[in-house]
Amino acid sequence: MSNELVFMMGEFEAIFPTDRQYAKNHMWGQATETADVWRFGFSAYAVRLLQDVYFLDWEIEPPAEVNQGQQFGAIESKKAESDLYAPIGGELVTFNQQLMEDPSAINVDKYVGGWLFEIRGPAEQLLAANDYLDHLESVWEITQRTIKGQLNS
Amino acid sequence: MANRIAVVISQGQSRNPVKRQLEEDLVTALIFESGLDVTVIPNLYDLAKDGTGMLAMQGVKGPMVVVSWLYARAAHWVLDRNNIHGAAGPVLLTAEEEDEDDDEAAPEEPVEEKDRVIDQREIPDRKIYCLDFRASESVDDFVSEIKRIAAEAATKVVTLGELGAFPTAAQQARIVSPTNDTALTQGADGATTLENAQSPHAHPQADSDNGNGNGTGSSENKPVRVDEQAGRRWYPVIDYAQCTNCMECIDFCLFGVYGVDKVDTILVELPDNCRKGCPACSRVCPENAIIFPQHKTPAIAGAPATEGALKIDLSSLFGRPDSLATAASERDEQLELAGRDAVGMTVGIPKRQTEPAREENDELDDLIDELDEADL
Repeated sequence: MSNELVFMMGEFEAIFPTDRQYAKNHMWGQATETADVWRFGFSAYAVRLLQDVYFLDWEIEPPAEVNQGQQFGAIESKKAESDLYAPIGGELVTFNQQLMEDPSAINVDKYVGGWLFEIRGPAEQLLAANDYLDHLESVWEITQRTIKGQLNS
Repeated sequence: MANRIAVVISQGQSRNPVKRQLEEDLVTALIFESGLDVTVIPNLYDLAKDGTGMLAMQGVKGPMVVVSWLYARAAHWVLDRNNIHGAAGPVLLTAEEEDEDDDEAAPEEPVEEKDRVIDQREIPDRKIYCLDFRASESVDDFVSEIKRIAAEAATKVVTLGELGAFPTAAQQARIVSPTNDTALTQGADGATTLENAQSPHAHPQADSDNGNGNGTGSSENKPVRVDEQAGRRWYPVIDYAQCTNCMECIDFCLFGVYGVDKVDTILVELPDNCRKGCPACSRVCPENAIIFPQHKTPAIAGAPATEGALKIDLSSLFGRPDSLATAASERDEQLELAGRDAVGMTVGIPKRQTEPAREENDELDDLIDELDEADL
């Protein structure tokens, strides 16, 4: 618990444990006990943008090959919606079935029970927490503009 | 005072029997409603500007209901580019899933006001109601919505007459005897043929306001069928209610689709120069004003821009490929297909991308916090 980094989103403290790595599409990735299998979930940044998740939908049946960046699911929350893209390429091993009935763990337990899926594959491009924070620093403005632009339209 | 209203049924591009059935069931059902003049046309989007179908609709001066397999916004602006103008009439039967949660529906007053092309235009005082066939599988839903619209339209006209809001003699005549009879005579000189055009109410006069003095409904609603050979087309349609005339599309498109009119307003000048399947200019448009009605992505095909869909789309933040890059690669693909050289991101890429507005940081911060307070 002690090892975590904080990124300020406006006045909101987004917290990122350093015991795992992060993908630029705002998912965390953590090696599982099975070799080469990585478990992924939303980072605090993503969850903060989404807020209350209502619905999660996957468009493929595991096991399935996915390419990095491939769109294979969608999520809807009270305030937002998004397609979901594979953070790394490889074999999608499983989805977190519990979320299919009740996705609220994404909000209340994002770093443990709210995990999304597992992929077997190389994960060199995942970032260490501090590098991810640098990434956030660089995209925070775009994020705000994206949100603002859509609210205005 | 009953007032006749034109109902245009635009058939789908596909011969999907389910779709055809819905179209025909609706036509059949409307026969039994009084006060409606029903015309069946091939897919609105594919019709030629001077073809029978468009001419028939151009002859309608009163309120008009158009039911098509297009998003209402797409249908409205397809009509507009074919000189069929009017205000978008409110339609209650829509495809959107109702959001159970009644979000504080006010779309937080649109901040920066922009000049839209529509603001410069005079819109005729009549309404065009565009219904989307995909809104329901039930014919009854469409019939009751059309009846509701017919009632609304009739009321409006009476009110207008009473107010004496500059009704000219011609308008007066039209109020008494509307010319929304899907005026077919204009198109009759075309090479195309009309089937079933025997209805006495279906094809009286085209551009004259001659009255038959009988504005009341007739039970005879034999539909007019416009049999125009319409091959599939592919071209952009501009939503002038969104367009700000920024010219980014004309800079981006390298196929000469866009042009400007006498007062330098953007227009789709050579629609058939457009490359089939390519929606690149639509992705480049900063106002989402360019519609490709047949594109599979709802946002590009004219799905309701923000209304109802008040949700923020985070896809671009969560990994969707950048839309400009997508647009450029779509364009390259078409350039190569046309035997030309790819240009990548070197031509016509909007400048706005390279000089982000950096002034309003505080406001932006507030906004995020507002989002938060809104609901937690």
